[in-house]
Amino acid sequence: MAIKFTDACVGCGACEPKCPFGAIEIKDGKAQNTAACTACGACVDICPVGAIERIEEKRTITINKDDYKGVWVYMEIADGKPRNVGFELLGQGRSLADTLKQELAAVIIGDGVSKFAKDAFAYGADKVYLVEGAEYKNYNTDGYTKACVELIENYKPSVMLIGATNDGRDMGPRISCRLHTGLTADCTGLAIDKETGFVAWTRPTFGGNIMATILCPDQRPQMGTVRPNVFKKPVPDYSRTGEIVKEASPVKPDDIRTKLVNIIEACIGSCNLEEADIIVSGGRGLGKPENLKLVENLAEAMGGMIGASRAIVDAGWIDALHQVGQTGKTVAPKIYVACGISGAIQHLAGMSSSDVIIAVNKDPEAPIFKIADYGVVGDVNEVLPLMTEEFKKIRAAK
Amino acid sequence: MDIIVCIKQVPDTTEVKIDPKTNTLIRQGVPSIVNPFDKNAVEAALRLKEQHGGKVTVLSMGPPQANDALKECLAMGADEAILISDRAFGGADTLATSYTLAAAIRKLGHYDIIICGKQAIDGDTAQVGPEIAEHLGIVQLTYIAKIEVNGKTVRVNREHETAYEVIEAKLPVLISAVKSLNVPRYPTVKGILRAVRAKIGVYTAKDLDVEPDCLGLKGSATQVREIFTPPQRTQGILIRKDSAGGAVEELMQKLTDAKIV
Repeated sequence: MAIKFTDACVGCGACEPKCPFGAIEIKDGKAQNTAACTACGACVDICPVGAIERIEEKRTITINKDDYKGVWVYMEIADGKPRNVGFELLGQGRSLADTLKQELAAVIIGDGVSKFAKDAFAYGADKVYLVEGAEYKNYNTDGYTKACVELIENYKPSVMLIGATNDGRDMGPRISCRLHTGLTADCTGLAIDKETGFVAWTRPTFGGNIMATILCPDQRPQMGTVRPNVFKKPVPDYSRTGEIVKEASPVKPDDIRTKLVNIIEACIGSCNLEEADIIVSGGRGLGKPENLKLVENLAEAMGGMIGASRAIVDAGWIDALHQVGQTGKTVAPKIYVACGISGAIQHLAGMSSSDVIIAVNKDPEAPIFKIADYGVVGDVNEVLPLMTEEFKKIRAAK
Repeated sequence: MDIIVCIKQVPDTTEVKIDPKTNTLIRQGVPSIVNPFDKNAVEAALRLKEQHGGKVTVLSMGPPQANDALKECLAMGADEAILISDRAFGGADTLATSYTLAAAIRKLGHYDIIICGKQAIDGDTAQVGPEIAEHLGIVQLTYIAKIEVNGKTVRVNREHETAYEVIEAKLPVLISAVKSLNVPRYPTVKGILRAVRAKIGVYTAKDLDVEPDCLGLKGSATQVREIFTPPQRTQGILIRKDSAGGAVEELMQKLTDAKIV
């Protein structure tokens, strides 16, 4: 695809401010696109004189797409068990595979991980590709990439979904680049494009201000990393079974050029915020670092994890692994409680897709209230202990 | 030690607003900045140079305006800056972008460490760094919060969801930087003056050993099908009471009514 401005252009400039990428300029009375143009087509319908065309460009590097069939889900194993995002993706992969009338397979790589094949079947897989060996004890870019690339080259899937975790986003681009195919990052929507039959990958971009739907038309497999906690886990059915394909490990010890020498724990409780159902986050409104305890107490009473604004991370109250926002983590829990967080746009970018947002802040004008479903105007240091008591009562009653 | 830093000039996405009438992005008046994580990458490079000696070269692929971003890095203390700019590079996805940047890095010759920000705040893909490493066939260390170099070995702290992994590798490596890696310095007056006078080199497509079919829009494996504005969140219920107790009571009632708790 490419964008072409025809001679009909009158240089009115209507298109210029509408370009999401700022890629249109008016020169000598005519509009033209700059190198920043991604051919997204946002300008085409805006032109009052119909002078903008989106044209197909002939591509020279192509492959035989018919050789590639099936939908694959990479099931990431972390701390000895499959991550939730793998199950969420099996649910999504199932519906993509059903639409395409193709098979759904799970890829499981690790040391002693064959026991997870039954989970893959229960969550919807027809087949499991299994690569095991001591070299996969811990995630490492070189080994895992080589194993995945080998599987893809041997069995040629049409689609591959990977959880957008730190490891998934480390491995995904390495694989797609080696295979010279397209990878769409951090997707929040998946569908089959009716017109072409390709996967339509939808993802937030521009700090979540706009959404882009991306296709991978000519290369295979079509690959994407998908954000955890966006899709529901399907209800598992442990009566389902399937075929296990054991693949010999193609990795030799010398292939792995990194060495994991230590793990440093730095979190209060767990900080796997990306997969948390409930997050209670603290901000500068707490006043002093000791008051972070109030957030911890509420998180414990609600059965949630602790988040933080950039301000208190920068002030050294809590480790950066707890930070939610543009320069921290992007989260989407069922309940997000913002305590003493004013709601700078950078923070909102990291949590505005939470299902329910509860905010406590003493300033009724705080921007956090503009997006909160429930806002409490009050001093966090008074409100939080009372909320904690209430949630403790609810827990005790259960 | 030869260090290459890859940076991107981005619109400050926190200044972007949505036109409520047309539901489209308002870009006018949005400043262009050096991608925040890339500043952490520049800072890390400068600190490594201070400890181990060597040279810091900053690269950016983009339109001619990206010169401003490169000048800012020179003002921070980088030794040399190169702009990779050509119409042929336009519309590139991460595959074509990383291919072009890798070609420019090969042209520069020797390097020990390449540092990138973990992702750009406009595209948020976090893919260009790993893809450069793949094109060059070198080790990648992503989401890095601490770097120590000892001889030919680098030891890093890598952010994981729940802890830091301490990882060792032999140079050369590509590192992607997170915010907690450091606090980027401000340019000094001397630095700014030096940057103003500095000449920024330019690589065009014909300066690089590249296949024309692998560049820009043509060399991109992904294609933007559609751009749209997501539904905006609206304000919900605001509870204001004379006492904290009254407010919490009402909140809990509302949460119970809505079956949230």
